[in-house]
Amino acid sequence: MITQLPILQVVIPLIAAPLMVLLRHGTAAWLLAVGVSWASLAIALGLLSEVAGGGLVSYALGSWPPPWGIEYRVDSVNAYLAVIVSMVAAVVVVYMRRSVAEEVPQEHHYLFYSMYALCLAGLLGIALTGDGFNMFVFFEISSLATYVLIALGRDRRALMAAYQYLIMGTIGATFFVIGVGLLYLMTGTLNLADMAARLPDVTDPRPVLAALAFITVGVSLKLALFPLHLWLPNAYAYAPSAVTAFLAATATKVSVYVLLRFYFSVFGETAVFRALPTGSILLALSLAAVFVASVVAIFQGNVKRMFAYSSVAQIGYITLGVSFDSATGLTAGIVHLFNHALTKGALFLLLGGIALRAAAMRFDDLRGMGRLMPLTSFGIVLGGLSLIGVPGTVGFVSKWYLVVAALEQGAWWIAFLVVAGSLLALAYVWRFVEAAYFHAPDPKMAAGPGEAPLSMLVPAWLMIAACVYFGLDTGLTLGGAGEAAQVLLKGKW
Amino acid sequence: MRDFLVLRVVAKIMMAFMLLFALYVQFHGDFGPGGGFQAGVIAAAAIIFYAIIFGLPAARKVVPDRLVEAMVAAGVLLYASVGVAGMLLGGNYLDYFVLHADPVEGQHRGIFWIEAGVLITVAGVMLKVFYLFAGRPSEDEDGQ
Repeated sequence: MITQLPILQVVIPLIAAPLMVLLRHGTAAWLLAVGVSWASLAIALGLLSEVAGGGLVSYALGSWPPPWGIEYRVDSVNAYLAVIVSMVAAVVVVYMRRSVAEEVPQEHHYLFYSMYALCLAGLLGIALTGDGFNMFVFFEISSLATYVLIALGRDRRALMAAYQYLIMGTIGATFFVIGVGLLYLMTGTLNLADMAARLPDVTDPRPVLAALAFITVGVSLKLALFPLHLWLPNAYAYAPSAVTAFLAATATKVSVYVLLRFYFSVFGETAVFRALPTGSILLALSLAAVFVASVVAIFQGNVKRMFAYSSVAQIGYITLGVSFDSATGLTAGIVHLFNHALTKGALFLLLGGIALRAAAMRFDDLRGMGRLMPLTSFGIVLGGLSLIGVPGTVGFVSKWYLVVAALEQGAWWIAFLVVAGSLLALAYVWRFVEAAYFHAPDPKMAAGPGEAPLSMLVPAWLMIAACVYFGLDTGLTLGGAGEAAQVLLKGKW
Repeated sequence: MRDFLVLRVVAKIMMAFMLLFALYVQFHGDFGPGGGFQAGVIAAAAIIFYAIIFGLPAARKVVPDRLVEAMVAAGVLLYASVGVAGMLLGGNYLDYFVLHADPVEGQHRGIFWIEAGVLITVAGVMLKVFYLFAGRPSEDEDGQ
């Protein structure tokens, strides 16, 4: 059974999705979704412990040995990622019940959970597969499910946001598959590990360079790297709350992983960072993401949209870590995958609680929330502190490693900019604090039901508590990220 | 279309051949061009043809919406279950070799059910798309 773990990770949610459609029952579908998400987390943890210490698990689909058949190849990098995705899923799925009941029409519930299961299967598939084309297929599975999930939002603008994301996401996927196609043309294989072994023998480097460019742009669209982030704010702002939390914590992270995998395990660090100015480009775009998106976030009128722009900025920190091309930088980037997933997941979960009570998500609607929903508001403040990078939260751990990585390269000005970016985060988090704590509540709201229901509050606070816990005890997260960085820098997969 | 006697009679005869052709394409997929995807489209086309001649309500009576939705899911489920069957019989996921004592026969059996899954889902999705578009009330609808 233990040898089947890599495929079970993907197949369990994949089978659950059609089962939910056949059940045609919202509650039954939700129960199934809970079981699937928790099973995924258990499997992911099992895989992580299996590959701890530089291990590698290879699984041949259909018993066709790689590189002929499709191979699932798990090392500390993608096991770490599978843990992030399934951990978020396991928490969010509990929260979904109430939130979805309020925000999605009853007759769509079973379809909603089915799409959620498909999205989970797709994301985990991207993480575990070792086959270029298979990766593209899972990209499409997760993205198509995502478009539907976003379009189910209560706001009518959700449909437009989903459509925008569909266009941008499809362009991204097309670029990705063109890149993979070019690599297939030059190496004759789709197996990524085999591809990496054959790439040095390719005599004509131009198609390979084109493939690198296509994959970089395609995946950057998916991970919302500035300036390819335009689909993200609306998609996050108008999707159902639980969907926003799930996507913000997983979808972009998985795309970052794909970029890492192609840069370090397929093309190789030398080809990408030494022979080409990829590092400088990534550095410039990351810093632009941090500053432009943070400033734009400050001027948002809608709090959900503000945190969506903050996501673009935080993704900038992740790619900033990658751009250093050093062990510390990569560790910072990978640990921020985990830390940002926790922080943003928690924040959007808490905002979902507010969405139940407030008419809209404008700052005017949040007046006096500190008194009406004290636990929710305090949670958002703690999450905000983590976005800023205050010591004692996970955000600090990531920022600290980013600064150390910058100083290692003697780049004082980058270290300075990272700190300056945190001040911008302080500015936008402060806007929430001001609205929630320094204004009297609307009398109409004050008569309302108050705090969010427990089934939503507990998962959200679990993630906030994890934000603080992993900010103090960094052994698990940093250990995993450090090991993943080592594996990536070794180059061989 | 109530008045076009020739169309109605021909359509009724054609239906049988279209469905039969779908099955031919399905089962001949092992040896020639064809397979579940093409067969699914042809089978769905037969129903769509029926809907065009006899009207959407008549087609909905033959293949109700619930059945269409179940088909979309059941095909995927069948496909995935073949994979799981391989696992239960001691192989890897989607391992056809273990589906029969003779590995070649096992491959044959595996792809047979996989293609059946593809047929069901593709036909279901085609019909779902058609129903969704055809079921939309249009502004210039004249009576019907």
